[in-house]
Amino acid sequence: MYVAVKGGAAAIEASWRLLAAQRRGDTSVPPLSVVQIREQLPLAVDRVMSEGSLYDPELAALAIKQAGGDLVEAIFLLRAYRTTLPRFGYSLPMDTARMALTRRVSATFKDVPGGQVLGATYDYTQRLLDFALLAEGDGDDAPGPPADAAQALPDHMPRINELMAREGLMEIPQPGAQEPPGDLTRDPLMFPADRPLRLQALARGDEGWLLALGYSTQRGYANSHPFAGEIRRGKVSVEIQADELGFAIDIGEVELTECQMINQFAGNREHPPQFTQGYGLAFGGAERKSMAMALVDRSLRARELGELATSPAQDEEFVLSHADSLEASGFVQHLKLPHYVDFQSELELVRKLRAAHAQEKLAGQAEQGAGQAVTTIQKAA
Amino acid sequence: MMDENYNFSFLDERTKKMIRRAMLKAVAIPGYQVPFGSREMPFAYGWGTGGVQVTASIIGRDDILKVIDQGADDTTNAVNIRRFFARTTGVATTEKTTAASIIQTRHRIPETALKEGQIMVYQVPMPEPLFRLEPHRRETITMHALAEYGLMNVKLYEDIAQLGAISKTYDYPVLVNERYLTSPSPIPKFDNPKMHMNPALQLFGAGREKRIYAIPPYTAVRSLDFEDHPFEVQRWDHACALCGAVDSFLDEMIVDDAGSRLFVCSDSDYCGERRDTGHAGTQQAVKMPDVLARAVAEGAR
Repeated sequence: MYVAVKGGAAAIEASWRLLAAQRRGDTSVPPLSVVQIREQLPLAVDRVMSEGSLYDPELAALAIKQAGGDLVEAIFLLRAYRTTLPRFGYSLPMDTARMALTRRVSATFKDVPGGQVLGATYDYTQRLLDFALLAEGDGDDAPGPPADAAQALPDHMPRINELMAREGLMEIPQPGAQEPPGDLTRDPLMFPADRPLRLQALARGDEGWLLALGYSTQRGYANSHPFAGEIRRGKVSVEIQADELGFAIDIGEVELTECQMINQFAGNREHPPQFTQGYGLAFGGAERKSMAMALVDRSLRARELGELATSPAQDEEFVLSHADSLEASGFVQHLKLPHYVDFQSELELVRKLRAAHAQEKLAGQAEQGAGQAVTTIQKAA
Repeated sequence: MMDENYNFSFLDERTKKMIRRAMLKAVAIPGYQVPFGSREMPFAYGWGTGGVQVTASIIGRDDILKVIDQGADDTTNAVNIRRFFARTTGVATTEKTTAASIIQTRHRIPETALKEGQIMVYQVPMPEPLFRLEPHRRETITMHALAEYGLMNVKLYEDIAQLGAISKTYDYPVLVNERYLTSPSPIPKFDNPKMHMNPALQLFGAGREKRIYAIPPYTAVRSLDFEDHPFEVQRWDHACALCGAVDSFLDEMIVDDAGSRLFVCSDSDYCGERRDTGHAGTQQAVKMPDVLARAVAEGAR
């Protein structure tokens, strides 16, 4: 006799306890603190803040701890918290030319005003496992003091695109500053979307998705001839205009990585040829993300620039509808949920069709048999 | 007990108001998908975020909530959603279809007929009925505006021509109020006729896709078909093994490795009610034909 499966609630509670045990691991090992994660896994924290759309290193570190290092799950936790926060308004546009730089490279000019600043990068590390880090103990992996800067960095380092725009070589982006920007966390994304909305969607988009799409444009699926005009990383002040004050006030700073790609020029009879650009921006140290974002931003401008849209990376609905890691992760994994009813419906149909198929085959054989009998009789006659 | 750290039913009142406005529009244009500012919920997308937002926006202190998944109240996701509302609203919950004022569902409509005043809230993964034929919403919006549904009719026709039957067995497309082609959500087509002229209000929430739509009470809902291939619902050769019902949607369970299957009602409340009133099934599993063994035997012969 069958007894219906009960106890979903008890199973869920038991699952919570198992999850906590999985997160904690071997209890003879000291627990990881949120401060340690914030300080020692800064790039994980940065990614969670970027895709979680919330600049709060402490909460991002907490989310990483709670998620056992699953960054997409950590992003989910941060987003679910973010949605409950009140919003006070918009900041003034940030001026990244006034960024306190820790890194700045241009791949288009050998030297630029303000110079090239290599900063912290994995690019030239040779990627050999550093077994010294395996050694237990505190303090022994503390790095030496940073090298002195060859020269003091100026407060204001103009962006290379601006220098080119001055000569007319670079398109000047039209910010549409008069219109309040859309907000895709408040209103559904509808297509076609304008560039500010597209950039919002890309900024909180999944790094892996942008990376793969950006890469596809480099392999002939919508080539946009990119050059890394400038990549810069550093802290920028956030200012808001308080209504009752009438002037801007500084409410703190955020660390950003910005990438400005210089792309394929365009021109026609009316307009002399000009380079175009793609833009990428993410919280913290996020060079891979912001570079990929800039490639995808540029490829999504196909329609605006009168290019033939032939590749996935140029189809804004395809790119933006699938960019959000939470939407993708949730919907892929919802396949774990019971689908007994739908599957039963399919089973019923397949069984019915198979029965009809078998009957038709039988009828066909009988007919064939009857035909053969007739031939025999005719022969006999 | 209600969790005092959050607003009643989790969402803030302004968000609820925005969602109720979308619902009003949806009710005014039956079957039309209204875009809405879907919020990020403490549930994964694809796990009922749309249905949860709809329920959260209409639920009041006097409501009695029932949550089902696959027709049953005790599936883990239904348990999770019911507990969420119990925690954030403190309202009474029930497993009885007749006692509920709001029924949130995934994949089924209860067997017990709904009444006036009840609200069905469907969790919808893909609100766009045309998405398999045209993935760009930019295009399908125009098709809906022009009531241009030839694509779907051709698809159903091609199924019949190639397979001998329409291959859609769940999420079977319907025409609401003879105007909008609509996804009934992935309920089995067995449930489609229950939507027609139903006295309850039917609300559909798609969180990830950010759409809400509705079928107001007593609205015509027609499953697409052809004169020579009329719409049919699923039928079983067996009755429910527990309650003996022959008119309900049955779940199939594999009970051993010798081809035995147990068929029982997918609607756990309906099945329980019937058993409580003295109905009983055979309590027996059914033996399914072993095609493999037969093929081996025929091959040997």
